[in-house]
Amino acid sequence: MLQAIVTAATEEESINPLLPAPYDIIWSAVAFVIILIFFWKYVLPRVQKLLDERGEAIEGNIAKADEAQRKAEAALEEYTAQLADARTEAGRIRETAREDGKKIVAEAKVAATTEAARVTASAQAQIDAERQSALVSLRSEVGTLAIDLASGVIGESLTDDTKAAAVVDRFLADLEASEATAGGKK
Amino acid sequence: MLPFATSEEGGSGEFHGPSLADFFPPVIFFEGTPFEVNRIILIRFLVVAVLILLFWLATRRMKLVPGRGQSLAELALDFVRNNMVYDTLGTRDGKRFLPLLTTLFFLILAMNLTGIIPGLNIAGSSVIGFPLFLALISYVAFIYAGVKKHPGAFFKNSLFPSGVPWYLYIVVTPIEFVSTFILRPITLALRLLMNMVAGHMLLVLCFSATQFFIFTAGGLWSLFSIGTFAFGLAFTLFELLVAVLQAYVFTLLSAVYIQLALAEEH
Repeated sequence: MLQAIVTAATEEESINPLLPAPYDIIWSAVAFVIILIFFWKYVLPRVQKLLDERGEAIEGNIAKADEAQRKAEAALEEYTAQLADARTEAGRIRETAREDGKKIVAEAKVAATTEAARVTASAQAQIDAERQSALVSLRSEVGTLAIDLASGVIGESLTDDTKAAAVVDRFLADLEASEATAGGKK
Repeated sequence: MLPFATSEEGGSGEFHGPSLADFFPPVIFFEGTPFEVNRIILIRFLVVAVLILLFWLATRRMKLVPGRGQSLAELALDFVRNNMVYDTLGTRDGKRFLPLLTTLFFLILAMNLTGIIPGLNIAGSSVIGFPLFLALISYVAFIYAGVKKHPGAFFKNSLFPSGVPWYLYIVVTPIEFVSTFILRPITLALRLLMNMVAGHMLLVLCFSATQFFIFTAGGLWSLFSIGTFAFGLAFTLFELLVAVLQAYVFTLLSAVYIQLALAEEH
């Protein structure tokens, strides 16, 4: 039993952990080279590319944000200016409207006055015309009545219109003359 | 421990203490060639495949507004790029060495993490070949950076620092030579290797002791298993920290060495 242990111990002593075996070095080298190429040619370039892209994206976003900020400020300024313009414009329009209103009222007043005058005048004219026509018709009526009456009195038909008219006119003229003298006496 | 080890030979209850043999499991493929594949090499293949799959999935469709997977990958890559590489080397030089340093970080991290993944249980970086090879790469990288930046003057600057009286070069130059050109790669490799080896040893010790106390010793001995299991859990978390830390240290030191080589004066 002890013998076995001693043998095992001497066997172990024959192993020198500091002396590399060829296979050990070779496979270490293979592993190293594979991983080196993998990181060198695949992983790191991809990571570098990504970092560059990310940097660009961040810079691009910052530029974009600046641009947006600038645009917003410009829009605000424009809006404010437009608002001021609109206010001025509104005031101007209101002023014009007020003046227009005054003018319209004045014009309306003038028109109404004129119209009233016109209506009054035409009414007056109509009244005059109706009076005149009433006078004429009254005269002819009175003539007829007078002739009928006279015919009855003198028993002779005054059929001759010309004669009749002359008689009537003379009668009326006499009547007017007598009236005039009566008026003059008074 | 010896009495325990001899209690039941070959039985399943036997105490399997951690041993260096764990790091040299039986060969599975290509025995006798320089391309032998054993369990640890298979774990390395798995790590490579998983790394590629994860990062391929995360970066396959890159979006300006990242999804969950892409965010995580970006977080990790950002950490390496900004906190380690650009902070040390600056952006211009950092860009040149970024693929190398990113690879170092994620490869070492993934290889370290297999030490605490159930079923794998051994770090891909716990056999000397891997840390040594990466230390060599780091070594070549900083010498290349120095020679490219200061053709002809790099070794002189490194070995004969300016501002030192000439007679002190007798002392300073050997020290500089040893520390810069010999100790740097060795410490890089051994720091990583030993951390991973020790981590594996600790975890195996804790969990095999737990197993032994429960199933073999039995009785009151089982109570010990609570303690050992708690230690096992604690060390698992600790190993998680160590895995990240060692990847970080290795990569950061590589970056610092490159930066020193690029610096005008030493």
